[in-house]
Amino acid sequence: MDTVTVIVGSSIGGVRTAQSLRLEGYEGRIVLVGEETELPYDKPPLSKAVLAGTAAEASVCLLNRDQAQELGIELELGHAAAGIDVAGNLLQLHGGEALRFDNLVIATGAFARPSPWGHRPGIHVLRTLDDARSLRADLAKGGQLAVIGAGFIGAEAAATARGLGLEVTVIDPLPVPMSRIFNAEVGQWFGDLHRSNGVTTIFGTGVESIDGDQGSFTLRLTNGQNLEAATVLVGIGAVPNDAWLSSSGLLVDNGVVLDEYCRTVDAPHIYGVGDVARWRHQKHGADIRIEHWTNAVEQAACVAYNITHPENPRAYTPVEYVWSDQHDWKIQVVGRVGGNAEHVIIGHPEVHGRFAALYTIDGINLSGAAIVNWPKALLACRRGMGTGITVQELREKLEPMLDPQPLAAS
Amino acid sequence: MPVVKADLEACQGYANCVVGATDYFDLDDDGIVVLLKTEVPETDRARVVEAARSCPVSALIVED
Ligand SMILES: Cc1cc2nc3c(=O)[nH]c(=O)nc-3n(C[C@H](O)[C@H](O)[C@H](O)COP(=O)(O)OP(=O)(O)OC[C@H]3O[C@@H](n4cnc5c(N)ncnc54)[C@H](O)[C@@H]3O)c2cc1C
Ligand code: SF4
Repeated sequence: MDTVTVIVGSSIGGVRTAQSLRLEGYEGRIVLVGEETELPYDKPPLSKAVLAGTAAEASVCLLNRDQAQELGIELELGHAAAGIDVAGNLLQLHGGEALRFDNLVIATGAFARPSPWGHRPGIHVLRTLDDARSLRADLAKGGQLAVIGAGFIGAEAAATARGLGLEVTVIDPLPVPMSRIFNAEVGQWFGDLHRSNGVTTIFGTGVESIDGDQGSFTLRLTNGQNLEAATVLVGIGAVPNDAWLSSSGLLVDNGVVLDEYCRTVDAPHIYGVGDVARWRHQKHGADIRIEHWTNAVEQAACVAYNITHPENPRAYTPVEYVWSDQHDWKIQVVGRVGGNAEHVIIGHPEVHGRFAALYTIDGINLSGAAIVNWPKALLACRRGMGTGITVQELREKLEPMLDPQPLAAS
Repeated sequence: MPVVKADLEACQGYANCVVGATDYFDLDDDGIVVLLKTEVPETDRARVVEAARSCPVSALIVED
């Protein structure tokens, strides 16, 4: 009998695992199971070009039926996994059917944290293609958009809606929202970016309730203010899709818990990939979960390698990387930033139109960087993170690229 | 021999490809990908295809 690898979750993590398995020469059957009936699609454009209407929906397709057939990937779309019989090597589907597997890959990602202020037409989250379609349809009606949450997705959607000519207000309980990720000074620049592009920001204030209906909502804020909006987008984070694992006996703790090779700690023939995966990062000495695109892709390649090389698996130790496009800023974050890390900033958004904030945990070596509109600096940081580089070395490399030159001894 | 091709219009300078295969890809001063070589010997194929697939905007393909 052929060996079978079943992959649950038909988005970037699942699709890339299937493709990488073939690249590694895997000859068994590959079955890709997904809850959505949609062909696998990519998510980053959903808050950017797809929401703006500048990219067609077809452009986000990750794997069409011809490509699947060519690679021998069996697409089982419209089937939600309900549980795993770990001892019996069976994936149970809703509706009673079960699939036998030799290896299983859990790639069920995350879902948008639901609105605590009620669900009704006009109150949106943004995670799936359907979410993007319905938000886009409401934006096309015009009127005020209120975005609750100034994280990446809220900030991107706000920028896109502004680009479409809407009046946009972003609300976040933190006084300097991006300070969750960066330090306050850099976070402040992000606030300035939105305001200078005509977005109204109300920071340091929460939302108590949303009254009214589509077209005429009233948001009651914790500072007593009321805000009118035609459409509301709730962008308050994502939650891993791990509830379906509760009956399996696999260890789940805000994501499925994996070892350094991305195998579940209970069953080495079951792997995890992407937003749902919490694995042991050897270099950080901690279990971490990352909700970024590049992580899903790199982890998929590692899992495919480990499935095809079980006797000599590779530990997964990536350098974190995420990008975000907001207004005319291309924002890129490498490694670990913010927190207690010391930092130096090279360049200034208003003077140079670009900057790099370099972070160091030990006071000497680069541990992370946040870079805006500066591809060469990004590359230097990504390369430096791989091989090891000091903040001072990087600074000496990057400062001469600035125009005008920073003042001496700055 | 397989060759790698880049869509320079699509490239957004994310540098995932450079990190994936630094001997094949670089960035120019505007942050657009530069192909350091285009022919991909069979021994490099998996690595270069993997690097090409890590491009967030699918700007790279390896053709047979
Ligand atoms: C609007 C938006 C913009 C983004 N922009 C960026 C960006 O600019 N840069 C960046 O780095 N990252 C970005 N991200 C994050 C990135 O898209 C995610 O990290 C990535 O999608 C994770 O992939 P995944 O395959 O692990 O999970 P997901 O993409 O969440 O896919 C999981 C899949 O599993 C399916 N599934 C769930 N439960 C089951 C079940 N029980 N049975 C069967 N199937 C199931 C789901 O339907 C889904 O198709 C963005 C995300 C969103 C939503
Ligand atoms: S990964 Fe893609 S977008 Fe990024 S530099 Fe390479 S080709 Fe360009």
